[in-house]
Amino acid sequence: MAMYDKTAQKFKGKFDNLPEGHLLVNLGPSHPATHGILQNVIQIDGERIVEADAIIGYVHRCFEKLGERYDYNQFLVCTDRMNYISTPLNNIGWILTVEKMLQIEVPERVTYVRMIISELSRIMDHIICNGILGVDLGAFSGMLHLFHHRENIHSILEKLTGARLTTTFCRVGGMERDIYPEFVKEVKEVINGLKPAMDEFNTLLIRNKIFNDRTAGVGGISAEDALAFGFTGPNLRAAGVDFDVRKDTPYMLYDKVDFDIPIGEDGSVLHRTLVRMEEMRQSIRIIEQLIDGIPEGPYHADLPHIFLPEKQKVYTSMEELIYHFKLIMHGIKVPAGEYYMATEAGNGELGFYVVSQGDKSPWRVHVRRPCFWYYQAFSHMVKGSLIADSIATMSSLNVIAGELDC
Amino acid sequence: MGLNETLSKPGQMLGDMAQVSTLDAVVNWGKSYSLWPYPFATACCGIEFMSTACSDNDIARFGAERPSFSPRQSDMILVLGTITYKMAPVLREIYDQLCEPKYVVSVGACASSGGMFDTYGVVQGVDRFLPVDIYVPGCPPRPEAIMDALIKLQQKVKTQGLEARRQEVMRKIDEINEKNKPVIVR
Amino acid sequence: MKEKVESFIKSKLSSFVFKEEAVNSNIPTFFIKSEGIFPVIKALKEDKELQFNFLNDLTAIDWLGKKTPRFEVCYLLRSVPNKHFRIMLKVPLEEGETIPTIVPIFRGANWPEREVFDMFGIEFTGHPQMERILLPDNFQGHPLRKDYPLEGFGQDYLIADLLHIHQEDKEK
Repeated sequence: MAMYDKTAQKFKGKFDNLPEGHLLVNLGPSHPATHGILQNVIQIDGERIVEADAIIGYVHRCFEKLGERYDYNQFLVCTDRMNYISTPLNNIGWILTVEKMLQIEVPERVTYVRMIISELSRIMDHIICNGILGVDLGAFSGMLHLFHHRENIHSILEKLTGARLTTTFCRVGGMERDIYPEFVKEVKEVINGLKPAMDEFNTLLIRNKIFNDRTAGVGGISAEDALAFGFTGPNLRAAGVDFDVRKDTPYMLYDKVDFDIPIGEDGSVLHRTLVRMEEMRQSIRIIEQLIDGIPEGPYHADLPHIFLPEKQKVYTSMEELIYHFKLIMHGIKVPAGEYYMATEAGNGELGFYVVSQGDKSPWRVHVRRPCFWYYQAFSHMVKGSLIADSIATMSSLNVIAGELDC
Repeated sequence: MGLNETLSKPGQMLGDMAQVSTLDAVVNWGKSYSLWPYPFATACCGIEFMSTACSDNDIARFGAERPSFSPRQSDMILVLGTITYKMAPVLREIYDQLCEPKYVVSVGACASSGGMFDTYGVVQGVDRFLPVDIYVPGCPPRPEAIMDALIKLQQKVKTQGLEARRQEVMRKIDEINEKNKPVIVR
Repeated sequence: MKEKVESFIKSKLSSFVFKEEAVNSNIPTFFIKSEGIFPVIKALKEDKELQFNFLNDLTAIDWLGKKTPRFEVCYLLRSVPNKHFRIMLKVPLEEGETIPTIVPIFRGANWPEREVFDMFGIEFTGHPQMERILLPDNFQGHPLRKDYPLEGFGQDYLIADLLHIHQEDKEK
């Protein structure tokens, strides 16, 4: 087929020049163990991988071009679908960037709720990563136990925003609606249910001898290599470098709450899993410090030229009607200039680079997505390992295809 | 009671130990309750499929017990997520490898019509090159919606015979070929 | 910190500076000539005081109609020991010009440079694998340029052999 011609040419050259006994095998893009669609063409000698070549782009959905068409509030639906496992984290990253460009302050209530939802999404992300790692290695029950708690968090998000997965949380200037009355009680229930579930998951999977034998020392990367490749997030912390955007360049109220950053040693699969488990516990610690002290107050900034006014007032008062009209037709006017803001998403540093010319839509939106930078190192990490080990490595890296291809 | 009257109501008890039915009905009953899916998960809908298959909403109770990633061992392909122009040949190859009788369920807005992505890289609907049986709307659809699609598919499988199924697929393929003919502008 | 970087660039690397222009941004921006980007980044990384040892981002912007060198390749560097201070280096390029690769300095620049080539058509000389990364191999055009529409020009050529399904035994 025409599409495969160039790729076929590249691999035909390799086919003809293979050393004695080596095979060229295609792994993916539709494969049970590569979650999301990732293709790797591996050259194997028996069961050992000699070289791996990653091919991506199978779910390239053109978000950066859509950013030039949509306005600043509409781009939220695109950020939902990037890292679709922990969507509020991406939404909050984008909203913070635009708010910093406009130099507006939001009420404390909004910041508290955004932080609580951020940490709940981080827990959701790590539940999937560790659960699926178990499934890829053959242990299904751990994931079933943890998934029930992920469904509880889904219910909270659904009651708060209206959608389970693609939440489109927050608007520029605040949240789209106030928290519902039982929010605090339900979040506390979820956290109290998570703690024994995580201990159970520990006994089921993490302290299992087979799991430890399969993951200790596998798929490691040194700290210098990880920094050279541009790693961020739990993968980098497992290699021994203490980078965390929440501590290095704090945003929201992260410099006021008390939490630690777990650090591993050799960047192997086991250390990444342990780092993620400990991060879940630290997220629970952050939520416990915030959940009882949500201050009363408005749920959005009092800026009618940025945040849509209330519908009742729009129907009755002239000023609000004009603001509503201007906001919907002409959008938010962001001053001309550029801005880069990074937040800590589930996988690492998620950065938004926005170039604005003062119009309704940005001139250019670039998303600095963590998966793209650390998946490059995959072919370096699996050189010389067994195929089964490469599956464990890919699984523990937590590559989300939607974020990789943007 | 003649044989014709007995056969007019398949599943009717004959005494209390025997049941009479047509071969078609028995085979279709077995097919409908063991539709093993091939979850072709590309994007966000794949995560909702994971929710559907796990503890709280269990798709295994409807017979879709074993999601197999081998096309030779599955009955239906669930297209979950956006299909791009790069991925389309892969999907088509896997559909061709499934054994008859096979069914296609296009889950989510992106697979049914391109969804919110009217862009240069996304195929505007998987029914441009595959005959689809059930479309599930939503972005992403709730797990209950995916299970509802499975139940509707089960109804279809139970009531449709082999020849009718073949005619339906051939008609769908004719429609696809007709729609995809290049438009001649004079 | 910003003054240290400015004085460093003025004193040691002034031959590579393209122009001095103030940009309304939260990150200090410097414009560098395309042949000088490799020595500038190397010097910034190896200097004992500045130590910009982390490549945070690599992307490009198309200024069709707004600015004269049409493209700008942007490098976002971060200095880890100096409290994670960030600077942005921009390289203005006209269409058809090439720029040297920085993969020997930062291994992680491999895929972002391929992505810039894929989306904008800017070639990086010396790159180990200068090919398309996110789009199919037979894709024509470079989508993130401003003269390429969002919906594409008509993308059926990409799946041309899937659009007609053969039915051989229909006549039986």
